[in-house]
Amino acid sequence: MSTDSLVGSRIREKRLDRGLRQAAVAETVGISASYLNLIEHNRRRIGGKLLADLARVLEVDTALLADGVAREMLDEMRSAAARLGDRVEVERTQELAARYPGWSALIATQARRIAELEEKSRVLTDRMSYDPQLAGSLHEVISAVSAIRSTASILVGPEDIDRDWQRRFHENIHKDSLRLAQNSEALITYLEAPAAEQSGSPFEAVESYLAQTGYHMAALEAGTAVAKVVKHAGLQGAAQEVLHEVLERYGADAAALPLAAFEKTARKVHYDPAVIARHFDVPLAQVLRRLAQLPSGQGHPPMGLVTCDASGAVTFLKPVPGFTLPRAGGACPLWPLFGALSRPHQPLRMEVKLPPPNATRFLCFALAEPAGPAQFDAPPALQATMLVMPDPPEAASEPQGVGLSCRICPRMACHSRREPAIGGVSTQSEL
Amino acid sequence: MEKEIIAKGGDRMGKRVLLIEDEPNIIEAISFILSRDGWTVHTHEDGTTAMDKVLALPPDMIILDVMLPGRSGFDILRDLRDNMVTQQTPVMMLTARGQDKDRDLAMRLGASLFMTKPFSNEEVRNHVRNFLEA
Repeated sequence: MSTDSLVGSRIREKRLDRGLRQAAVAETVGISASYLNLIEHNRRRIGGKLLADLARVLEVDTALLADGVAREMLDEMRSAAARLGDRVEVERTQELAARYPGWSALIATQARRIAELEEKSRVLTDRMSYDPQLAGSLHEVISAVSAIRSTASILVGPEDIDRDWQRRFHENIHKDSLRLAQNSEALITYLEAPAAEQSGSPFEAVESYLAQTGYHMAALEAGTAVAKVVKHAGLQGAAQEVLHEVLERYGADAAALPLAAFEKTARKVHYDPAVIARHFDVPLAQVLRRLAQLPSGQGHPPMGLVTCDASGAVTFLKPVPGFTLPRAGGACPLWPLFGALSRPHQPLRMEVKLPPPNATRFLCFALAEPAGPAQFDAPPALQATMLVMPDPPEAASEPQGVGLSCRICPRMACHSRREPAIGGVSTQSEL
Repeated sequence: MEKEIIAKGGDRMGKRVLLIEDEPNIIEAISFILSRDGWTVHTHEDGTTAMDKVLALPPDMIILDVMLPGRSGFDILRDLRDNMVTQQTPVMMLTARGQDKDRDLAMRLGASLFMTKPFSNEEVRNHVRNFLEA
């Protein structure tokens, strides 16, 4: 008997990779579809002959199913392979990972590192183009330098300059040199500010902190003041302000929906947000956030959360395996998070599916509502919230196909495609 | 407060250069250089009313900053090229924004030349001569 709790997930992944239906596989190995479903969701342990039979049907080594390779690593390897398109044997990724785990980990680590560096590069490029403080400071410095250079050139040039002009030009150089000194100092102060404050990504600093807590703030649940938690988080500047706002909202959510009662009800109604919202008579968006705040290790299913503003910019992200979204634009617009923005106040429930080879399915609950207090004669500041639950039970209808971003998406015929995929990501069937 | 400097130079056929720029010391330096070279230099500091100034003169050549109060140099350039009076007037863009996309935009909108700050006096003087003596 295998002791690995994710054997079922690997069976499911391999079955989906091969495009086999659950019922057909179950029949071949002589079990019911519902029993296979329980196995695939890791609710029944499996080993011995049944595991060997399933491995045979799925055309993989039994050991590969039993010991497996982390899905995240396979995802990273496939993502790295996508950059070279057809030149990489993507279909043999799992085999490579099983036979050479060390080399595979190296590929995955390097792919992750490249992605991190690309993101840093993008942030820096954006910063030069769009950071108004940096652009303003540089403009001031260059203007002062230009004036000094031009004026000084006149003074040292071969032409005779009368005393009045000489005096004016000396005064101008003096004023511009003072301006240059002040602006240079301001620029240095700005550039030496903490990284999170400079990078324009205080959200990432906040999420990095929240990830360390598992997105569950035990201190706030126990009634600790938000200010105290923020102080101990060690963030600075804009990141600290964002964290304060996030935790204020967390505190309000926890006060409205106390953990013990919320957990009990959530389990009872199978984590259905609409039923929970009705039960507690609270806004649906609050329930979506609260579900994503449930502690890990208590038997709750993994749930991701993402919020965005009316421009589609991601303002909060709690990823779950297989699900993340690019922060600064470029996300697949087919996620119901973005669809909700065009239908404010209308809750959307949608099952979506990523393209192969992962083909991970998610059940999504999304809602867009104006954020903040109501104001007359002012455009509403819409905020969309989406809860993401991986691997829901198979539905009768085909899920909506989505991607993470066009650059790594193989759905070539997608009407929402904005740009070609990197290196010609392979076009596979079943898209 | 809007102010205007008119620096009258020598006898360069009475040709007029309009400098639209909001940095007072750059205005003074360029006005000095060009007027010493014989051109009559008019200046204007505000983006919003720049077109009025242009049409009131009109100048033989324009030196146009990009970042101006009220209105960007790119918008003014667009208007200059849409107006029959100024369609052919040489326009030298002068900017601290030296990125390729700014240069491309300026040239697409019909700039005659794109110069980045800091500039050399000799460069400015030579370009103006090239445009006005051609």
